[in-house]
Amino acid sequence: MAEVLVYVDHADGAVRKPTLELLTLARRIGEPVAVFLGAGAEDAAPTLAEYGATKVLAADEPEFVEYLVVPKVDALHAAFAHVSPAAVLVPSSVEGKEIAGRLAVRTGSGLITDAVDVEAGEDGPVATQSVFAGSYTTKSRITKGTPVITVKPNSAAPAAAPAAGSVERLAVTVAEASKGTEVVSRTARESTGRPELTEAAVVVAGGRGVNGDFSAVEALADSLGAAVGASRAAVDAGWYPHSNQVGQTGKSVSPQLYIAAGISGAIQHRAGMQTSRTIVAVNKDEEAPIFDLVDYGVVGDLFDVVPQLTAELDARRR
Amino acid sequence: MKTLRIVVCVKYVPDATCDRRFADDLTVDRDDLDGLLSELDEYAVEQALQIKEAVDDAEVTVVTVGPEDALGALSKALSMGGDKAVHVEDDDLHGSDVLGTSSVLARAIEHTGYDLVLCGMASTDGGMGVLPSILAERLGVPQLTQLSELTVKDGVVTARRDGDLASEQLRASLPAVVSVTDRSGEARYPSFKGIMAAKKKPVETLDLSDLGIAADEVGLAAAWTKVDEAAQRPPRTVGTILADDGSGGRQLADFLAGRRLV
Repeated sequence: MAEVLVYVDHADGAVRKPTLELLTLARRIGEPVAVFLGAGAEDAAPTLAEYGATKVLAADEPEFVEYLVVPKVDALHAAFAHVSPAAVLVPSSVEGKEIAGRLAVRTGSGLITDAVDVEAGEDGPVATQSVFAGSYTTKSRITKGTPVITVKPNSAAPAAAPAAGSVERLAVTVAEASKGTEVVSRTARESTGRPELTEAAVVVAGGRGVNGDFSAVEALADSLGAAVGASRAAVDAGWYPHSNQVGQTGKSVSPQLYIAAGISGAIQHRAGMQTSRTIVAVNKDEEAPIFDLVDYGVVGDLFDVVPQLTAELDARRR
Repeated sequence: MKTLRIVVCVKYVPDATCDRRFADDLTVDRDDLDGLLSELDEYAVEQALQIKEAVDDAEVTVVTVGPEDALGALSKALSMGGDKAVHVEDDDLHGSDVLGTSSVLARAIEHTGYDLVLCGMASTDGGMGVLPSILAERLGVPQLTQLSELTVKDGVVTARRDGDLASEQLRASLPAVVSVTDRSGEARYPSFKGIMAAKKKPVETLDLSDLGIAADEVGLAAAWTKVDEAAQRPPRTVGTILADDGSGGRQLADFLAGRRLV
C-alpha cells in the first residue's frame, strides 16, 4: 500500500489534535508515515503509532528554530524524496500552509489548502473545501505531481488504529538559501488554559455588544470547557487579543457548537464560523444578520441571558 | 534607477457582499459581479507607501494578474499613491490556480525589477494565503510573512510576526518577499487629488508572450488542481428565535441539553 506523509504539529513533543485527525484521514488513502520535526520525537511516537503511523521520520536541526519556515520545507522535502509518497497531508496552520505551498513548488505538485475532508478517489485523493464564506462546498483533486493537501482542524474524528510507529532518523541538509530569514527572538504567548480556538468543540464568542467586558463570555466558556472567540469589532476595540479573532482575517472555526454573544454577524465574521454544526446567538437587535444562521437565538441583553445560561448549566451539573 | 524598488502584488476579487458563485467551468464567476481591490491587499499598498515615505528614493509599482476588469484594482492602488502599475492580462490565463498564477507573477516581478515584494496576507476570494511564500520560493529570496509590523532600513527588513503560540522578531536582507496582515496599520483612503493623479500614471500591459511563458503552461487545462464539483451549501434552516422574557438563558440551556450539547 502506498505511503502518505503526515506532517506532525506538536508543542515540544505533545502531538496536537489536528495531527491525529490527519493520521485518521491518511489511512483512507494509504499507510501514514509521520514526519516529526524538532525535539521530542520519542515522546510523540507512541501517540502517532496509536493513530496509525507506520513509521515516524524524525529530524531535529537547530535551523528549525533559528530561521523562519524554510528549513522545515527542506526536511519535509527530504522525507518526500525518501518515501515517494502517494500524498502529503499538512495541518492548515499559517506555517503548515506555507510549508505545503513551497513543497508543492519544489516537487512540481498540485496544492489544495483548507480541506475539510479527504477521501480516496479513482484519480487520487478527493478533497472537500468550504468556500465563499461557507456558501459553497467543492470537491477537488490534484492532477499533477503528488497531491499536497492541507487540512483544517476538526475535519475528522480521530480514530485509533495502532501501527508500529518506530522512529527513524531523517537525514536533512538545510540549504544556505533556506536561512534567509532569521528568527531573532521568540516570545511565547501566555497560555489561558482554554482549548485552542480552531480545535475546540465549543466556541463562545463576544462582539461589539460585550462593550469591553468579556467576563460573561469567559465564564460561559469555562463552564462549557470552550474556547473564547471575538469578532473583529471587539478585537479592533482592544477588548480581546487578535489571536482570538474569528472571521475572514482571523481564525476560521467549525466547532460542534458556536455561541455568539453581542455579535451582529457581518459577512466577514460569518466567513469564519458559518460551517459550525450548531449556532446559537444572543443579541439585543432582532434584525442582526447573525439570526439568519442560528439554530437557536435569543433577542435580549447578553448580560442577562449569558450569566443566566452559565448559572443554569452549572446548577444542572450539581 | 531608484534605490528601493517596491513591488506590491494585488488581486481583483468579486465583492464578498455579493452572491459569489461558480461559472459553468467551475472557475470563480467574475463576469456578472462587482469586483474590487481585495481588501487585504490595501494593507500591503499602505505599508509600501509608508516605506516609500520613510526613505528618500523609492518607487512603488503595483502588479496584478487578471482580466481586463482587474485594472480596477490597479487604479485603486495608484490612487492611494502607487507610482506605476503592471497588468498581466491574457485570455489563456483563465482558470490558472495558485501554482500557475504565482509563476506568472514571479516572471512579471522579475521583468519589473524589485528589491522588496509586498503582498496582503490572503485574497478575500480564494483565501489560501500561500501565494507570498510560494513567490519567495520561486524568486529564491527570503520570505517574511504574516507580519503585523515591519521596517525597511539600509537594505534590511526587520519585522514582527504574531503567531498563535509565539510572537517572532524576524530579520532578512533585501531582496525579499513580505506579506502583511490587517494588523499592520489602517490603509489610507484615496484623496480626490490621488484619484485624479492616478489617471495619468503609467500602466504597462503584458501578455504571456511578453513574459516568455507558453500558453499551455497556464490556464485551466494546465492547472495543477481540478475542481470536480461545486455545490451551493443549502441555506441554514433558521431555528427558534425568541425574545428574552427573563428566562432566555434557562430556555437556551434547555435547547442545548435537548441537543445533547451540554
